[in-house]
Amino acid sequence: MARIGVFVCQCGNNIASTVDTQKVAEEMKKIPGVVYTQDYKFMCSAVGQELLKKVVKEHRLDGIVVAACSPHMHEKTFRKACEAAGLNPYRCEIANIREQCSWVHHDKTKKTGTLKSTDLTRMTIERLKKNKPLKTINIPLKKKALVIGGGIAGIQAALDIAESGYEVILVEKEPSIGGHMAQLSETFPTMDCSQCILTPKMVELSMHEKVRLLTYSEVEKVEGYIGNFRVQIRKKAKSVIEDLCTGCGECIEKCPFKADSEFEVMKGHKRKVIYVPFPQAVPNIPVIDREHCPKFLKDKCGICAKVCGPKAIDYSQQDEIITEEVGAIVVATGYDLMPVESFGEYGYGRIKDVVSGLYFERLASASGPTGGEIRRPSDGKVPETVVFIQCVGSRDPKRGVPYCSKICCMYSAKHTMLYKHKVHHGQAYVFYMDIRSGGKRYDEFVRRAIEEEGAVYLRGRVSSVYERDGKVIVEGADTLSGTQVEIEADMVVLATAIVPRKGAKELAQRLGISYDTYGFYNESHPKLRPVETNTAGIFLAGTCQGPMDIPDSVAQGSAAASKVISLFSREDLVREPILAEVDERVCNACWDCYYACPYSAIEQHPLKGRDGSIVRWVARVNEGACQGCGVCVAACRSKAIDLKGYTDEQVYAAINALV
Amino acid sequence: MEEKGWEPRIVAFVCNWCTYAGADLAGTSRLEYRPEVRIIKLPCTGRIDPLFIIKAFEKGADGVLVSGCHPGDCHYTSGNYHARRRWIVFRELLKFAGIDLRRVHFSWVSASEALKWRDLINEVIETVRSAGPFEAYRRLNP
Repeated sequence: MARIGVFVCQCGNNIASTVDTQKVAEEMKKIPGVVYTQDYKFMCSAVGQELLKKVVKEHRLDGIVVAACSPHMHEKTFRKACEAAGLNPYRCEIANIREQCSWVHHDKTKKTGTLKSTDLTRMTIERLKKNKPLKTINIPLKKKALVIGGGIAGIQAALDIAESGYEVILVEKEPSIGGHMAQLSETFPTMDCSQCILTPKMVELSMHEKVRLLTYSEVEKVEGYIGNFRVQIRKKAKSVIEDLCTGCGECIEKCPFKADSEFEVMKGHKRKVIYVPFPQAVPNIPVIDREHCPKFLKDKCGICAKVCGPKAIDYSQQDEIITEEVGAIVVATGYDLMPVESFGEYGYGRIKDVVSGLYFERLASASGPTGGEIRRPSDGKVPETVVFIQCVGSRDPKRGVPYCSKICCMYSAKHTMLYKHKVHHGQAYVFYMDIRSGGKRYDEFVRRAIEEEGAVYLRGRVSSVYERDGKVIVEGADTLSGTQVEIEADMVVLATAIVPRKGAKELAQRLGISYDTYGFYNESHPKLRPVETNTAGIFLAGTCQGPMDIPDSVAQGSAAASKVISLFSREDLVREPILAEVDERVCNACWDCYYACPYSAIEQHPLKGRDGSIVRWVARVNEGACQGCGVCVAACRSKAIDLKGYTDEQVYAAINALV
Repeated sequence: MEEKGWEPRIVAFVCNWCTYAGADLAGTSRLEYRPEVRIIKLPCTGRIDPLFIIKAFEKGADGVLVSGCHPGDCHYTSGNYHARRRWIVFRELLKFAGIDLRRVHFSWVSASEALKWRDLINEVIETVRSAGPFEAYRRLNP
């Protein structure tokens, strides 16, 4: 016979005001196997826990039910106390009589609360009777991390992990790391130059002995589980042998062919077909754009190979598949800008002098297409009036996205300043919906743009943008003065919405992490677990999770890195033993569980006879991969699988105790 | 044929991550709802064997509720989809067996939807009440 102890917590008055805890305790005494019951004011207090330990020892209890708050609050506390008293922690169960009883049934006569608490506690006692002692399991851990994405968030995460002494592989899709931050001119609110603060970090990363940098590469396949991921990376053929290339740039200089530059945002800006995306690229190794290179299209040219001193050009290079084993993954794939051609009223794509905010960054950048001079794309004239339109696509549930892109208010204010600093007599106008400048020194920055730099802020939407006599006419509303305005501008800059990176969903599916309706990756908890995903061992950093600015991205990169480091600081992984278990005597190898398992944790295992021949097949659970959801258990038609901690027996015991 | 003072008994099978946490939040927010529900927590709705529901009816439940994470939000990626598929088939089976479908409910309640939980419970209890005590099944089980 079981020897169970029941403690009913009063939680001060939180439970006791609507539940007669003493009565509940007395009722429980009637249940066979219950040898000790008591109600107490605060079970979670140090005194309460001591009491529990003392009673366990004195009464030689083999199981404990604490009827108290939600198990999400103090299950761990009480299980630890039990463990300290020499009891297996999984022989302790919680009956939730606070969140799911006393706090939601306000009957002051205590009748309702007492009745329900009695039921809930009884169900828990019956369940506990079927609880088996369980042991946490240890699984080995590969102390090497993979960072996907080489923007500022990924760089920061990789650097932090490498600095603490663990190996890191950073995979970047483009030929260079740096991400969007490399495209920016100056950054708010300090106006320091983006590349000046970014490039030292890029170099530091590439020189770090613990970092393996794989640029022009993509993650193709991810298998395994926390501590033991197997990752396949496709290293696209650069057509340049990295070990030989010195980065002299001769090939680029002599290459006679050009294609549109992705880095310069706007169509019409060219780069060579053998190229590095920007002068400070890391690694400083060019790649051949095979889609545009005549050598690959019609086997003509081949100049780059001729001029290359160290003979680093290799036209026959093939994509390489690299397989790596890592213990943790940081996803930092960043964002794209929403294509805004469909917003007809703004004329983007139709009117040459309507540009995106990112293009304006390139115009203002000293290394940009105009060498840092603000010149409009159509005729190269210095624009004397520039209109900035905010919320293009953002906060527009009908045609764009309902969320706020978060950085546009700040960068538009910055753009007006950059413009004013470069074109002193110029006038900037900003059409805005609201100014969102929450952040350290952010609002002061916007005030400065308005009050000191003379930007005119108009609260309202723009209804149409069209060309007239070489000007771009912007018609809109100024809702504060209640008037219609028409501005003869030379250039219009659109603050387009931030959207998830193209291919974000496909990558999420490869990784087995979840994403929201837009394609931004889901954090495990919006407040308390902001950089973890619901897949153990995979962490998030930067704008792949949602719009955020550089400081936030960097903070997240470091946060994700610290999660990885704390994971790696352990000898091996300790896992809750809530795992599926196969009874191999009953398993008939129908593989329903194999197909149902979301984690590929079911393995097909051959049972062999004495002569080594396979007698039959059975399912086996990989304890490292199993997350304990129990989908396989409900799928199993021969009832061969059960879930430890939530066995059929336990559930039926609880149901049986209903009456 | 309602008994005097009869109140329905509802068993709710909920997942640990969304609905259980949502029900906890209802408590933390001190919302009030009808008390005739008994929650049984499982890691995931995908763990729910249809036989649990049969058993609950056998043991005197007048109505059953299954609730988990919204589609796409499952802590275990796809457990709730398995639950949904099973549920659709199982519901048809119950209907075929002549069980009043006012007794069986399925819903998604996230960890932040305390209000939805409260309204859901009140609604389920009302609906089950309108179906009356589940005598038919109990008579099979003397």
